[in-house]
Amino acid sequence: MTRPGWFRRLWALSTGRFGIIVVAAVGLTAVVAMFWTPFDPQHVDVDERWLPPSWPHVLGTDGSGRDILSLLMAGAKTTVWVALGAGLVATALGLVLAALGALTTRWVRESVAVLVDILIAFPVLLIAMMISSVWGGSLWVVIVSVGIGFGVNIARVTRPELRRVLHSDFVLAGRAAGLTPFQNLWRHLLPGVAPVFIVQLSWGMAVAVLAEAGLSYLGFGAPVTEPSWGLLLKDLQAYISVHPLTVVWPGLAITVTVLGLNLLGDGLREATDPTLSRRTAAARIHQPEVIA
Amino acid sequence: MSLVVRDLVVSIDGRRVVDGVSFDVPDGARVGLIGESGSGKSLTALAVLGLLPAGATASGSIRWNDVELIGLPDRALARLRGDEIGIVFQEPRTALNPIRTVGRQIAESVRIHEGLSRKDAAARAIAEAERVRLPDPAALVRRYPHQLSGGQRQRVAIAMALACRPRLLIADEPTTALDVTIQADVLELLRSLVTEDGMSLVFITHDLAVLSQIATHAVVLEDGRVVESGPLTRLLTAPASPVTRGLLRDATATLWRPGGAG
Repeated sequence: MTRPGWFRRLWALSTGRFGIIVVAAVGLTAVVAMFWTPFDPQHVDVDERWLPPSWPHVLGTDGSGRDILSLLMAGAKTTVWVALGAGLVATALGLVLAALGALTTRWVRESVAVLVDILIAFPVLLIAMMISSVWGGSLWVVIVSVGIGFGVNIARVTRPELRRVLHSDFVLAGRAAGLTPFQNLWRHLLPGVAPVFIVQLSWGMAVAVLAEAGLSYLGFGAPVTEPSWGLLLKDLQAYISVHPLTVVWPGLAITVTVLGLNLLGDGLREATDPTLSRRTAAARIHQPEVIA
Repeated sequence: MSLVVRDLVVSIDGRRVVDGVSFDVPDGARVGLIGESGSGKSLTALAVLGLLPAGATASGSIRWNDVELIGLPDRALARLRGDEIGIVFQEPRTALNPIRTVGRQIAESVRIHEGLSRKDAAARAIAEAERVRLPDPAALVRRYPHQLSGGQRQRVAIAMALACRPRLLIADEPTTALDVTIQADVLELLRSLVTEDGMSLVFITHDLAVLSQIATHAVVLEDGRVVESGPLTRLLTAPASPVTRGLLRDATATLWRPGGAG
């Protein structure tokens, strides 16, 4: 009953629609790339280097004659993997920290708040450098470091929101209806903080895409054998004065994906909040108020 | 099915805000707790349900059907809440979750206590909405609290509290946030539901005029202590304490007389 409701509302928003299309397209590309790409993305053909966009290399080739479209498609796999992984780590860490910081006894609450304040002082890049100096550069470094960085961010924003909802009358009413603390968490508290959480999470996933590109660029992320938008951008950027067009493709892919994730998060927040939905749905559901 | 409260003390940070309150609610009785704000009447009600705010502790004795509620683990209390004892809060705007449909909230306690499926619960919500005389219940249960009027919201809150057919209903100033005309409707609804079902009622208010329409007995509180209690007719005709006399004066003073004549 509610499921098609929020999806319809999300689709009705231009930002939401853009977000859905972009995220679906990137996801689909990643799935397709697992089975098929126009060329082998790592196939080197020196005779075909620096080809402009043409048939059969639709987006041209790079300095080793690799097909840029195939590299982008293969890189989408990495992007999706990193965004989902970092999102998962950030969600788990963020919600656990927020719940510990909001719902437990006073001493635990205060300690968690201090811990979060300390952790938030560490930039993602620093965490990534620390992890990769021990275990070496890999996608896991990106996932874990962005996950920790944004998990802490989510905790910091969600914790006071959780406190606010916890003290609202409807949570008390829920307890009065016989909800156990866990049922209350599930039915009232988490849905109550969902708007804040979703925006943070979509932002975190967008940053994960950027961070993967950035960290791979700096050499902390994907190894050079792994196709990645960040690595591709780094490779091509060296030749930007000679072959400027080639740099555009990975740059565009990163920009559009980040924008799509951000707008999807924004749209989701608006679509799932029934008190905001009046603007779009008022005309259809408006009924004259009956005085009780 | 009776509630017996003996020497109930609620302290917040060592301050006794409810100080030795005792009263009985026999089966089917309608008892009012009346007093000015800060007299401890709401905390008394919350103590019965074990829902005191953090930092507040209760001692003394609250016996529900010979089961001592003070000191009962929260899990056991949760089984009682909503199922045997229901509560209606003062402010229906905040007591309903703004992001859940009215129907889901009405059926919440039924889903927990009777283990109904989602579909059965939805049907039950419509039946419960009809019981509290909400207009067009089938459509109304799909709406959100902000789409309802204040009186409708309070009816939803009453339906929530009564969905499991509790044996005791606690109503914490349920009409204070409503317009005067709607107050009368909601009071009438509460009274008919309570008497039809034969459940007990604890009605909390600061307004003796409201209480006289619904309760048979009253307990007058001041600064956390009982100053007077007894049948409402006696309190109305022969108030013994100055507090009761003050409440009576306030209740009659609000009646507007045309032309200023007595």
